[in-house]
Amino acid sequence: MTVFKGRTKGLTDAKLSYCPGCLHGVAHRLIGESMEELGIIEKTIGIAPVGCSVFAYNFFACDVIQVPHGRAPAVATGMHRARPDRIVFTYQGDGDLAAIGTAETIHAANRSENITIFFVNNATYGMTGGQMAPTTLPGMKATTAPYGRDVSDTGFPMRLCEILSQLEMPNYIERVSLLSPKEILKAKKAVKKALQYNTDGKGLSFVEMISTCPTNWGMDPLKAREWARENMLPIFPLGVFKDRAAEEAKEKEAE
Amino acid sequence: MGKKVLMKGNEAVAEAAILAGCRHYFAYPITPQSELIEYMAKKMPLVDGTFLQAESEVAAINMVLGAAACGVRVMTSSSSPGISLKQEGISYIAASRLPAVIVNVTRGGPGLGNIAPMQCDYFQATRGGGHGDYYTPVLSPSTVQEFADMAPMAFEIAEKYLTPVMILGDGMLGQMMEPVEFPDAYPPQKDPSEWALGARRTPDDRHIINSLYIDPYVLQEKTETLFKVYEEIKKNETRFETYNMDSGAKYLIVAHGTAARVAKSAVDALKEEGVELALIRPITLWPYPYDAVAEAAKGKEKVITIELSMGQMVEDVKLAVCGECPVEFIGKAGGVVFTPEEIVSLIREKIS
Repeated sequence: MTVFKGRTKGLTDAKLSYCPGCLHGVAHRLIGESMEELGIIEKTIGIAPVGCSVFAYNFFACDVIQVPHGRAPAVATGMHRARPDRIVFTYQGDGDLAAIGTAETIHAANRSENITIFFVNNATYGMTGGQMAPTTLPGMKATTAPYGRDVSDTGFPMRLCEILSQLEMPNYIERVSLLSPKEILKAKKAVKKALQYNTDGKGLSFVEMISTCPTNWGMDPLKAREWARENMLPIFPLGVFKDRAAEEAKEKEAE
Repeated sequence: MGKKVLMKGNEAVAEAAILAGCRHYFAYPITPQSELIEYMAKKMPLVDGTFLQAESEVAAINMVLGAAACGVRVMTSSSSPGISLKQEGISYIAASRLPAVIVNVTRGGPGLGNIAPMQCDYFQATRGGGHGDYYTPVLSPSTVQEFADMAPMAFEIAEKYLTPVMILGDGMLGQMMEPVEFPDAYPPQKDPSEWALGARRTPDDRHIINSLYIDPYVLQEKTETLFKVYEEIKKNETRFETYNMDSGAKYLIVAHGTAARVAKSAVDALKEEGVELALIRPITLWPYPYDAVAEAAKGKEKVITIELSMGQMVEDVKLAVCGECPVEFIGKAGGVVFTPEEIVSLIREKIS
């Protein structure tokens, strides 16, 4: 067997605890590779949320802390203020970030803390068994929306990139997807760019990754990706919502 | 010692924390601790420290969690309803074995209650407060000087045992002005590099801070380890003050904080009438000085507990006295503070 690329040094040797077909492993790898390529593994602190990725402290090779549900951006704020010479990132799911942690997310973004928030959106609460998330699609079934999400009752899926990009101060906001190799390569660029911005002290980076949950969606991994492409991407369009550092660089060039 | 200055308790504890090397403070406004957050807002930038007004008490305590995990001296402050919101974070800080200081300038409750001084958060402070099997050392000052002195003491205990420590003042101590002296030297911070995040001593020295133990046997072991630390704290850090103990008094008063000030004045007033009362003032509410209270209650006809609440510490007094003599209670709800005359007459009723 030929190994084209070994495991990144940005991840530990621990076996991932995610379900077969889950894209957390991909997202982890993108962050691990980016840390390795930027040479920042030893000076990075990761923050594991509550949710499936609660065990991320086993997987990232940087220092990691596991924190209360939704509070990662506040913890990151305290860390970055205590150690401005360190790179701090949070890794959060949609329930953690967009429901219980909405206030912490919005305010950390508004202060443009020099941290990166990695937001993995799979439209469900994975760990607790498929309950309705703030990002669950209209009509999509969940264990707490057994007849499908009724938006007149529970609201429309929340688009965090769009909400946060209304704020003046955040540096970089992009939504990427993990649904195909091509998109994963693009996601990698966004992940690395975000961490590079933090290394350069540019302020808050927010990278949302559209993902899947084959287990709770009740689909095989390929079908789940197809379904996400057809149903999630129209509601969560991909793209760069804010890139102040790039704009400023462009302006400088124009001068 | 430096020169004496007249300060509010809220300001004195803030100044003492800064002098003790605290350079990170996160909080959310609430009365009656406003002078504390405002003092920090003014002073922290002057010492290159971090002052940040958080979006909520929940966020503030989690900022404390983050800064504590990086091994810096960090503090937050709030008052009763705000402390309720911080309990989730305090539980995580305790479970993650991180040092941090929380100042609680209590007010009237339950609910929004009012902004008058009350001691009705004794249960919350001394019984962990948040979810899970844990305790938080709790210091109860009764003067502005003691409020200030407790800031470095709290950091020292927090770092020695890796635990959050609460200073439980109240609206009275926070708002009142008294002369206070600050020492010239403070205990240095204990080196956190063994466990702090972002503090690798070698390239492979990866630090993880966590409070999740899915395996029940591992959580059992972790909790038992935590409780061994609590035994050490009980052994080494239990503090109390006694007053008029050798007077041959037949009655013992137990009170802490602001209530102890009023009780002390009652002891003096009744002494003039020829009635002797002994007084014991727990300084640490957890660990509680059970042995000292039991010892002080020995041979007494009655023990009287005085609190600015409907009776919370009185349960610990009963645990300490353990049926050796009757334990009576004098208390007030609503943030109404006893006048010295009133407390004297209430005590007289209990002992006549």
